[in-house]
Amino acid sequence: MRRQIIMVALFLLTTCNLYAGNLPVEDALVSVPPMVPPAITRDYPARVIVRMETVEKVMPIADGVDYMFWTFDGSVPGTFIRVREGDEVEFHLSNHPGSKMPHNIDLHAVTGPGGGAAASFTAPGHTSVFSFKVLNPGLYVYHCATAPVGMHIANGMYGLILVEPKEGLKPVDREYYVMQGEFYTKGKYGEAGLQPFDMEKAINELADYVVFNGSVGAIAGENALVANVGETIRLYVGNGGPNLVSSFHVIGEIFDRVNVEGGTLVNENVQTTLVPAGGSTIVEFKVDVPGTLIVVDHSIFRAFNKGALGMINVEGAENPAIYSGKQFDQVYLPEGSAIQSIPGETQKLVIASSLTEQIRFGQRVYETNCQACHQAGGTGIPRAFPPLAKSDYLNLDHQRAIDVLLHGMSGKVVVNGEQYDGSMPAIGLSDHDIADVLTFLLNNWDNNGGQIAPEQVVQRRLEGKSVQADSGH
Amino acid sequence: MNIVTLGLLAVLVAGTLDVEMAVITGGEYRPLYFSKNSEQISVSSFILDITPVSNIQFFEFIGHTPVWEKNSIPTLFTEDTYLGHWSQHDNVWQPEPSQNQEAVTNVSWFAAQAYCEVQGKRLPTVAEWEFVARASESRPDGSEELGYNQRILNWYARPNLNANIGQTPNNYWGVKDLHGLIWEWTEDFNSNLISGESRADASIDTRLYCAAAATDAADPSDYAAFMRYGFRSSLKARFAISNLGFRCAGSADDAKEGVGD
Repeated sequence: MRRQIIMVALFLLTTCNLYAGNLPVEDALVSVPPMVPPAITRDYPARVIVRMETVEKVMPIADGVDYMFWTFDGSVPGTFIRVREGDEVEFHLSNHPGSKMPHNIDLHAVTGPGGGAAASFTAPGHTSVFSFKVLNPGLYVYHCATAPVGMHIANGMYGLILVEPKEGLKPVDREYYVMQGEFYTKGKYGEAGLQPFDMEKAINELADYVVFNGSVGAIAGENALVANVGETIRLYVGNGGPNLVSSFHVIGEIFDRVNVEGGTLVNENVQTTLVPAGGSTIVEFKVDVPGTLIVVDHSIFRAFNKGALGMINVEGAENPAIYSGKQFDQVYLPEGSAIQSIPGETQKLVIASSLTEQIRFGQRVYETNCQACHQAGGTGIPRAFPPLAKSDYLNLDHQRAIDVLLHGMSGKVVVNGEQYDGSMPAIGLSDHDIADVLTFLLNNWDNNGGQIAPEQVVQRRLEGKSVQADSGH
Repeated sequence: MNIVTLGLLAVLVAGTLDVEMAVITGGEYRPLYFSKNSEQISVSSFILDITPVSNIQFFEFIGHTPVWEKNSIPTLFTEDTYLGHWSQHDNVWQPEPSQNQEAVTNVSWFAAQAYCEVQGKRLPTVAEWEFVARASESRPDGSEELGYNQRILNWYARPNLNANIGQTPNNYWGVKDLHGLIWEWTEDFNSNLISGESRADASIDTRLYCAAAATDAADPSDYAAFMRYGFRSSLKARFAISNLGFRCAGSADDAKEGVGD
């Protein structure tokens, strides 16, 4: 009888610790975006504990624009989780007591109904625990799957979990975590204040913001990712959606390796790779020359008008054998052009004859050449393209402004208190065009007024040299 | 609009617990979780508190029925967070004066039900609550009104506020604060997805996840209703949550006395 009791007790003990088995228990490797936890060094499976909290909080989505984000661990995307194929994951999901909504988590790395959604469904102020074994290696999206699911995702509830293959991943110099998502707000892009979620726009898939890591400029300007020449970078890229598919591209690089859709298939020498909503990709590339690489969704209006723009600043020595920069600029005459010009019928150059005309002509030049980056209204794009409206940099020094247009500019520059670190090409405008567009700018958008004569431009073209970015910064 | 005051058990719960109630004329409607072709749900006439129960009212109630004090309530009936936003003075848990007129939250279903019972009332059913909550200021079915859903949704985009009860405009029935202040307990909160077919019931919760929820909802764009149903199904009766309160309902027969127009 006594033996039986002991047997039963033993049996119960075994059942309680069924999951623990003989596996060592440890905390999962996690990190806050854009960082990635270090590679897993163990070569055996473990029982890893993940503790995550769902938090609803107001954060900026762009300069002057706030949004009530629903988050995993207070960031968008949520914490990056790194585990190893064959690991058993014990997942603790806590919903902050201040939450208005219940939340749960559906990890695409889970084999089982709902990806853990039902098991992790948690009221505010409560914690749910569930366990799963990661059977398939790869980079997986996780997201909240509480009704209405679209709204939970649209408010920022997604992140990535990496299941390293048993044999591990090839070491690289730098790893980063980038996740795209789009937001649907009542006000249009840039409209200031706390913007509520717009259900109608979400259903119609008309996003106001398409961003990397939860806000405009989250990985641009002073938040840019960094690397050194000669290093290999691996980006773990996810797309939370909720609706849009990303044409993921890095301007100025070619992906040496892409784990297509975050799986095992490797493609090489890829320019742009698709990241489905609720999907991922792993891209690797070696950076050979210094400069700023621009990370975009190459569905390109999203990059320039909705915020899908990030940066990787690469530092190190130039390598002209790989990239020369501009070597020279000369007049281009298509073959036979001289023959076609008939004396006496040369097109007459229309020249502005008054300030009003200069402003009018200048506007045309602006819309054709400048507006794509500096935006209608001269607002610029935070951390990428400086504003021309009410611009201290422009008003302070007209001659410098002429030089910038003549020769382009690159490097750090502070405009209206914000630092920009990009480059503007020399666009190759005529002396008249430059005079007109500057006059247009000076007399619009709260700038201080003024007029630039074509002769001034000619003068600077003759004697000028390229503009130095702010020295001493 | 008929407003009544329920004077039942007035001796036991003198004064503050009396609250104006609105008479809701019964009718039919089709809740979110029933498919487009399902039959409408019929709601009989009933009466409903115009405002949610306030902290001071709940404190008064505890004064009469101390078993619901934070220190005495059996753990079977609630959890540690019960009335957690109150403070302890002279060994008595009570609301700060500034909280008096705010809606009471952090109460379990058991405590809410007991509060209503003491007054001869009960919690409203999900069907009743939703029937009243779909009214806008001017008509019984606000969902046809432009911007109605968006207005409710905007609440979820705001940080939590601590506002006094009774500040929002009357809806069609003369009821306030159904949206924009707190979530509210309902009598049958945990059975709102029952279909009557036991095998289907076993997996019915999955309708709240991913696409399953939207496949046959009567109005898949009614996100506000999705959220309410979602919230309710995450609850257990002993939960005490910081933005979940309640109001009481009664049978329309109880409204005979003192009916005013």
